[in-house]
Amino acid sequence: MTTQAPPKAVDGAIGFLDERFGTAGFLRGKMKKVFPDHWSFMLGEIALYSFIILLATGTFLTLWFKPSMSEVVYNGHYTKLYGVHMSEAYNSTLRISFDVRGGLLMRQIHHWAAVLFVASLTVHMLRVFFTGAYRKPREVNWLIGLGLFTLALLEGLFGYSLPDDLLSGTGLRITQGVMQSIPLVGTYLFYFAFGGDFPGHDFIPRLYTVHVLLIPGILLALVGAHFMILWHQGHTQFPGKNRAEKNVIGKPFYPVFMIKAGAFFMFTFAVIALLGTFAQINPIWLFGPYTPDAITAGSQPDYYMGFLEGALRIMPNWETNLWGHTVSWNVLVPALVPLGLIMTGAALWPFIEQWATGDKRIHHIADRPRNAPFRTAVGMTAVTFYGLLWLAGGNDVIADKFHVSLYATTWFFRVAVFVGPAIAYFVTKRICLGLQNKDADILHHGVESGVIMRLPSGEFIEVHEPARDEDKAVLTGKVPLPELAIEDEDENGIPSPSARGPLGKLRKNLNQAFTADDVPVNGHDEGHDDTGPHAEEDLQPGGVEPGGTGGSRAISHH
Amino acid sequence: MKWITAWRRRPWAGYAVVLAALAIIGVAYAGVSPRTDRAQAAAAAASDQDVAKGKQLFNQACSSCHGANAEGTKNAPSLIGVGAASVDFQVSTGRMPAMNLGAQIPRKKPVFNEEQTRQIAAYIASLGGGPAIPSKDQVDPASGDAAMGGKLFRANCAQCHNFAGSGGALTGGKYAPPLDKATPEQIYEAMLTGPQAMPVFNDTTLTPAQKRAIIAYVTQTRSEPNPGGNGLGRVGPVAEGLAGWLVGLGLIVIAAMWITARKPKKKHNV
Repeated sequence: MTTQAPPKAVDGAIGFLDERFGTAGFLRGKMKKVFPDHWSFMLGEIALYSFIILLATGTFLTLWFKPSMSEVVYNGHYTKLYGVHMSEAYNSTLRISFDVRGGLLMRQIHHWAAVLFVASLTVHMLRVFFTGAYRKPREVNWLIGLGLFTLALLEGLFGYSLPDDLLSGTGLRITQGVMQSIPLVGTYLFYFAFGGDFPGHDFIPRLYTVHVLLIPGILLALVGAHFMILWHQGHTQFPGKNRAEKNVIGKPFYPVFMIKAGAFFMFTFAVIALLGTFAQINPIWLFGPYTPDAITAGSQPDYYMGFLEGALRIMPNWETNLWGHTVSWNVLVPALVPLGLIMTGAALWPFIEQWATGDKRIHHIADRPRNAPFRTAVGMTAVTFYGLLWLAGGNDVIADKFHVSLYATTWFFRVAVFVGPAIAYFVTKRICLGLQNKDADILHHGVESGVIMRLPSGEFIEVHEPARDEDKAVLTGKVPLPELAIEDEDENGIPSPSARGPLGKLRKNLNQAFTADDVPVNGHDEGHDDTGPHAEEDLQPGGVEPGGTGGSRAISHH
Repeated sequence: MKWITAWRRRPWAGYAVVLAALAIIGVAYAGVSPRTDRAQAAAAAASDQDVAKGKQLFNQACSSCHGANAEGTKNAPSLIGVGAASVDFQVSTGRMPAMNLGAQIPRKKPVFNEEQTRQIAAYIASLGGGPAIPSKDQVDPASGDAAMGGKLFRANCAQCHNFAGSGGALTGGKYAPPLDKATPEQIYEAMLTGPQAMPVFNDTTLTPAQKRAIIAYVTQTRSEPNPGGNGLGRVGPVAEGLAGWLVGLGLIVIAAMWITARKPKKKHNV
């Protein structure tokens, strides 16, 4: 497929560009980039498409939204607020909702797209993490992804804060508290950002500039970088028959994947539009305008800030007074520690793993999560930690809907946020090892055929037949970690310099954690290894094309 | 039944069985569990009260906890001086007579009809003082200023009852109930008498006109359609996050699975 000439329409267009910019060779190569056929590789695309929808609907909203805190009296069509004093920002959002044609739909699509943007970024990141797709050579793209995620959180928070309704004002009040809780500079930082006292007239216009210009610009640039790197490096793929480090099996971008991606964009848009049409989101007219003396039950941020909200809710009310300065641990710790742990941990992880395992090899074959029990277990620890904090952010709704005591939920989460991740670690590790044992068992004994045989002695046995080649290839695709080059001691009994000291010991322990409890898959096999990582690279010479990194790994099949 | 034999060996069969079992248990539980908070909205109709009849009803249904002369016992407070409004609220919402004493007495189907409720209220009022049942005009939502009511509601009520009156959690297993079933009289009486965990909003804190405004806001808000589609329970971003993840992301991931699905494989020897 990849060696065929593209149809005339495309060739013509490429020719036109080539005659002017000399890009035909570049485009031809890039158009053939292969996308693996697995649904989990589409998760990042949901984020991309949501982002496009966000840009489009957001532009529509800017045409009517007025980022101003000037006080006005409402005289629009929503009679229940008639004559109420409110800010221009809230007033114009009401106007978008009730007086601008299609305005409410656009607002709701924008908001749902934001929820799905962050949600799909999250699951995309989890997929990359659990399959080890962040490993060399993709560490930089992993870091860019983390940057995208962090900015997306901030962008969401700012968008949520712009309409100046009761919930957004409450959120801003917490933002203010978090700024103030930063030791020494907190008060100055808050006055600098808000331009005076809370809420003031400056913050909403400033947020607006950041929300519609600064962050989207950076996001766009990072998305561009993310995709260019992806295109250059190619996709990872799961282990399987004929799959190797030197190829990618899947569909080429042109023409197959382009159509699939177009269809998937339509699906994403359809689901977001469906939600925007049939599920009401952020009904600011019910919340009412923000006034500092009002608050409502069920004051929650959007879901992606939920884990910070949860941390704040379960944090004990600790404050210390040092030399006349109050340090508000009750706000500072929940604002910085969970986010810091997760994001810093995620950013350092690829490098920690490389350092601890000594694995500096290039990886294009994704790990099956079970084959990296330590990584999977640590990942689930973080997921559990995040998930519990997230649930704690909705503790009042949980208490109300499930008829449990509010304080009981608070105390439950205070304990669970420490115990839960520890349990998750051990449970995940045991599950991974169990699955590895099952894999080894399948390779060794074959799969159950469903045929029951009775032996002359009267014993019943189930006949096992050898696994199919496709399944075997998946199971034996596991790549063992290399032996760490550091030795404990040399032949004279002297500890090696790299193993000494706290760092050396840490590295040894971490290496132990990464490599221990491994079930070898090839140990009892029939003795032939037909699916080693490099065995298949020349099997489809027609598909292998010399050239760039991405192109040379591309094999497509139909 | 051959298809069962064939299907139960599929990889998804286990998940399907678990899902089906959960669904059956859920439906069965919903069907069997007692529903204590279903209530009829009792229309208020003023009529002359028969104190003696009320006392008789009181002796039958209330005196075991509140004492023979409504003086109160270990289990229940004295009712002398609570007024007719308090009795009307508690009895017409079905909270009294209480079934069992939990952290909070839930709303349920009223035991007494309107006439009996008024008779008991008349008896308690005859024991001395307390706020009276509000008149039709005092609770008329049509003559209340809903915009002012909204402001007052956000300042005084929303922190417990939620911005749309959907209810919320309080400490110690108590809760602010949703306001979807409360009649205008009951809302007025609740403000006036402060039942259970609710504070009293007397006529100097909230004037009768302000109370009427709040009633107008509550009744208009709950009958108002959701212009944006399904209201998701009007509980705020928690429900939105849940819908976004389960429905939104769920549907898109199913689409992704469909798009990337391979054609069913043919048998090798065909």
